[in-house]
Amino acid sequence: MQSRSHSFKENAREAIADPNIQAAMAKMKVGFTGKRLAAAARLPEFEALRDAARDIKNHSLANLDFYLERYEAKVLETGGQVHWAPTAADARKAILDICERAGAKTVTKGKSMISEEIALNDHLEEAGMTVVETDLGEYIIQLRKEPPSHIIAPAVHVSKEQVEADFRAQHQHLPAERSLSEPTDLVNEARQILRQRYLDADVGITGANFLIAETGTSIIVTNEGNGDLTQSLPKIHIVIASIEKVVPNLEDASTILRVLARSATGQEFSAYTTLSTGPRRAEDPDGPEEYHVILLDNGRSSMLGSEFQDMLRCIRCGACMNHCPVYHAVGGHSYGWVYPGPMGAVLTPNLIGVEEAGHLPNASTFCGRCESVCPVRIPLPKMMRHWREREFERHLTPKSVRHGLGVWAFMARRPALYHRLTGLGIRALAALGRRRGRFTSLPLAGGWTKYRDLPAPQGKTFQQLWAEKQKNGRAAK
Amino acid sequence: MTTAREQILGAVKQSLKKNNPSGDRPDELAQRLSDPKANLIPERSRLPHPAQVDLMESMLIELSATVKRISSLDEVPDEVVTYLKTRNLPQEVRLAPSKELQALAWDDQSLLKVSCGPAREPDQVSVTGAFAAVAETGTLMLHSGPEGPTTLNFLPENHIVVLRSSQVVGAYEEGWARLRKAFGNGTMPRTLNMISGPSRTGDIEQKIELGAHGPRRLHVIIVEDGHAETGDSAG
Repeated sequence: MQSRSHSFKENAREAIADPNIQAAMAKMKVGFTGKRLAAAARLPEFEALRDAARDIKNHSLANLDFYLERYEAKVLETGGQVHWAPTAADARKAILDICERAGAKTVTKGKSMISEEIALNDHLEEAGMTVVETDLGEYIIQLRKEPPSHIIAPAVHVSKEQVEADFRAQHQHLPAERSLSEPTDLVNEARQILRQRYLDADVGITGANFLIAETGTSIIVTNEGNGDLTQSLPKIHIVIASIEKVVPNLEDASTILRVLARSATGQEFSAYTTLSTGPRRAEDPDGPEEYHVILLDNGRSSMLGSEFQDMLRCIRCGACMNHCPVYHAVGGHSYGWVYPGPMGAVLTPNLIGVEEAGHLPNASTFCGRCESVCPVRIPLPKMMRHWREREFERHLTPKSVRHGLGVWAFMARRPALYHRLTGLGIRALAALGRRRGRFTSLPLAGGWTKYRDLPAPQGKTFQQLWAEKQKNGRAAK
Repeated sequence: MTTAREQILGAVKQSLKKNNPSGDRPDELAQRLSDPKANLIPERSRLPHPAQVDLMESMLIELSATVKRISSLDEVPDEVVTYLKTRNLPQEVRLAPSKELQALAWDDQSLLKVSCGPAREPDQVSVTGAFAAVAETGTLMLHSGPEGPTTLNFLPENHIVVLRSSQVVGAYEEGWARLRKAFGNGTMPRTLNMISGPSRTGDIEQKIELGAHGPRRLHVIIVEDGHAETGDSAG
């Protein structure tokens, strides 16, 4: 996928002016947050499980080489094949080779963010294959030729009226007078259309939420059952997973599963958690004859041992974006690449470079909600700050910002001067703004006053008020 | 020339050594795989067995599944016919090739057409057994094998599961213990499905709709057979 992260500011401006996106965001920001809160409240051990999930991922990452080797050995032992892919191009080639060898015409896909990361669909389509996304949200955005705007709800930005229009345009063999006004109608139509696709498919591709070293198993978590039809009906099942997905054993996976759905959709458990190990056995009446796992690195190994290692704990629940005021304002497409929201703001510069994606870690107020809901307690704001530091070190920050920071740093190192100047400034602003109580424009603060008024200060700095309060408090005692 | 495998594993090892040497000893790591230990298990399912079965039932209902409790396997065919009748569904089922289910008196149901094997389009109703059920979240565990074609769990619009009460456990970890007992440590069937309610989606304006791609309806028949923990599979 071609990145548009460098034009984040323009993307955001367009999204804020788009009534469809704004209506969708207004709806999503109450839905997801409320459901997560209720699910967390219902499980007394929820916070302790978050700690346990964090510790399991830390342990897995600290011993990633060991667990990857053991995982691979188990996959081979059960008759599966493992393809190591250092880069996106390697992964695409491995998948294309498997599909071409099988003479595949139709490829169905379960939802996989990594396949978005490596732009798999375009690549297979260029080779003449028909690629069908089977997750309803992914199917909708595939029809619309759009990237996902959310990692677990890819079509969260689309209204049902838009889906109806897309279905009418695409499914022209169906009667024009059919009713499609309700989500039920749309879900039924997608079910009917995709059913034949599953049966026609030569290859089914899914992602993986976890890989289990103990057993050589890949796990997918879905609600629709599309991933299961995708992987059960065709002759070949390809799993595409990044290297950090491996955990030691079934017990470890269970612990993380206990926080995954609750954090994501507020469900206790997703409808389908499916564990796949190798191809069908000789005595099995159905299932794929071949089972391939693509293990993708694509920059992850260099995150290990760096200040971004904690990001590799991410289990892709989407809670950080569900709770992010910036995501709520600008929607997922503004982030310009595969991963939006706070997790994207940290991960994207790691994968495509801070030169391209530098706006993303700056698009945060550091309110900390993302970290407070992250099921594996990733310190997202801290890591966004690391990116800002790197940008500064590499002179990627705009001149005006650098100068401003320089002036501020000079003052901050001289507290007496700082207090005197801010005290003077505040008094001056209070005097100037006394009549109207607010400023509609101010030199050096145009970025603020362009969108809203600045309330006039009362005449004292916070530190002065604090000192007075302390003094009065003591006098009162 | 280094292979892609050596390249990735080499990069991982180098990064880990650089800043983050693991304090874990190789034998401890190996033990975590050969002798897995449970982590924190929520208290919710730590109940006497009959209460676990009740919890299983109430969780299933919360998940929009339906539940019927009967006292003997022999009543299963009657219950299937009744279920189909009340839902206005055709009297035709695709049965899992499980010895236990095939042995039931299906022939006594003159109206019902029963065939056996993996699901085909357009089978409307499947009847399968289960391996275990986890009361904690109302989650059924079914695995692939000669007695359990996976397609039966996903292709038909209606999935009827025959669950013996002795198959109900409290937490996922107890399910793994039974699985290890049945298959051996570190060994898994090709597919293990953990099913919590019928298929659903919230992809259109976050309105939950049932029957996205998998079954629209999930009906669980719980057969009371006491609490004889056997670890056996009903297919």
